[in-house]
Amino acid sequence: MTSGAYQGPLPVKQPESDFYWEKAQAHELWLRRCNACGQSYFYPRDFCPNCGSRDVSWARASGKGTLHTFAIVHRAPVPAFRDHVPFVVAMVDLEEGARIPTNLVGVEPDPEHIEVGMAVEVAFADVTDEVTLPVFRPV
Amino acid sequence: MTSTSKAAAIVGVAESDEIGLVPHKSALAHHAEAAHNALEDAGLTRSDVDGLLTAGYVNYDLADYLGIAPRYTDTTTVGGASFVIHVGHAVNAIANGLCEVALITHGQAGRSSRAPVPRDPNLPAAMYEMPYGMIGMPINYSMAATRYMHVYGEDRARQAMAEIAVSTRKWAQLNPKAMMRDPMSFDDYHNSRWIAWPFHLLDCCLVTDAGAAIVVTTPERARSLPKPPVWVLGHAEHHDHAGITTMPDLTVTPARVTGPAALGMAGVTHGDIDLTMIYDSFTYTVLVTLESLGYCGPGEGPDFVAGQRTAPGGDFPLNTSGGGLSYTHPGMYGIFPVVEAVRQLRAECGERQAPDVSLALVNGTGGALSATGTIVLGVE
Repeated sequence: MTSGAYQGPLPVKQPESDFYWEKAQAHELWLRRCNACGQSYFYPRDFCPNCGSRDVSWARASGKGTLHTFAIVHRAPVPAFRDHVPFVVAMVDLEEGARIPTNLVGVEPDPEHIEVGMAVEVAFADVTDEVTLPVFRPV
Repeated sequence: MTSTSKAAAIVGVAESDEIGLVPHKSALAHHAEAAHNALEDAGLTRSDVDGLLTAGYVNYDLADYLGIAPRYTDTTTVGGASFVIHVGHAVNAIANGLCEVALITHGQAGRSSRAPVPRDPNLPAAMYEMPYGMIGMPINYSMAATRYMHVYGEDRARQAMAEIAVSTRKWAQLNPKAMMRDPMSFDDYHNSRWIAWPFHLLDCCLVTDAGAAIVVTTPERARSLPKPPVWVLGHAEHHDHAGITTMPDLTVTPARVTGPAALGMAGVTHGDIDLTMIYDSFTYTVLVTLESLGYCGPGEGPDFVAGQRTAPGGDFPLNTSGGGLSYTHPGMYGIFPVVEAVRQLRAECGERQAPDVSLALVNGTGGALSATGTIVLGVE
């Protein structure tokens, strides 16, 4: 999604994720981290999905990671994305250990130019006045 | 707990009257027609039904439409795997005396519905995946396939996906109810347009209007009915994530649990199975599910399906109806492979009948490779 006004579905923010979205608006990526088992995890919730502990905190992520996988969307799944195809959907393994859904931007939407395992870093797409989506680009 | 292997039998199966492109029927009409047809196939009537299982509806909405007041009700909804799982739940309910005749129904106007079926926008997938355009299953599953290609080799995976698309179409050509019956060559596959790389159009299932139903009952009652009982010898269910981005390993599905569990309950092994029906939402789903079920090891799926081994005449009959890829796929397809397995076990399949089918395995997959149900069926 590199051109045109964003008209796709916006996140319906939840109480346990308001902090995440507020920080994204400030162009910072924050993750939930479990104080009991040390695991950082995505998506944010107040229980650790790894060990079940309720002793969890927020920690700012470095924004660096590697590309876990991707796909190149050629057929828009809903009309809002028609002006944006082809675009790249992806999952990124963050340095902290969490895996995050995202778009890969700043690269040709072509499998010749994208490689699983490549180093990526966070960028921020201000899609509306209220919503900023963390996206990633090759380092 | 005592085993529920062979504690109940499938005695009736059917589709709705018309499947494919059916703009003049609602989803509930598909449920009702399929229910009527499956009960007729069983030699039973609506008044015999005391258990009702479905997915995608609150059960009283469906029961009201059908005019049924069940004493056992189950709306387990884990996508297209649900209806395979319902078979196991029906067996458990019957074994425990909770009902005697269980009716499992499905119906979706996947192509022609007059209003979209909304998804809950409060769920995490709506918040964290959909804004990125991760909407709909082709995009979800394609990311899993890319990972598989990275781990086990793009060319091997691509060839396997092509083999599956082509062999499944060959089966569909033998099924009068299949929507896509034109021949498909390997070139047709490779030249079809991209939907979401690495998926071509011909990696993806159809979108149709259809319904189906299954009737399950007690061993005593099953033996009293006109058609031979199809015994539920093993059943298992499992899910380990919701959205594709929380899947623990994109190259292994929950079938790694349900395959061995269902086979174990049945007391049989992979080599004993005469017919395999795998929910083929995408070609990749079949590839990864064959491995996850344990038919072959991780990364060995491309060798397993090589040389059109799964096509008519091959030594591993797979998805003999033509599958979700070429026969029908209204959205939650999982009931249809059960219908086909029962027909094959009864040797009712005419031109597409696989040879000597006495044991069949059915695997349904739901959500974003999120849930699986596996059953092993047999005839005496």
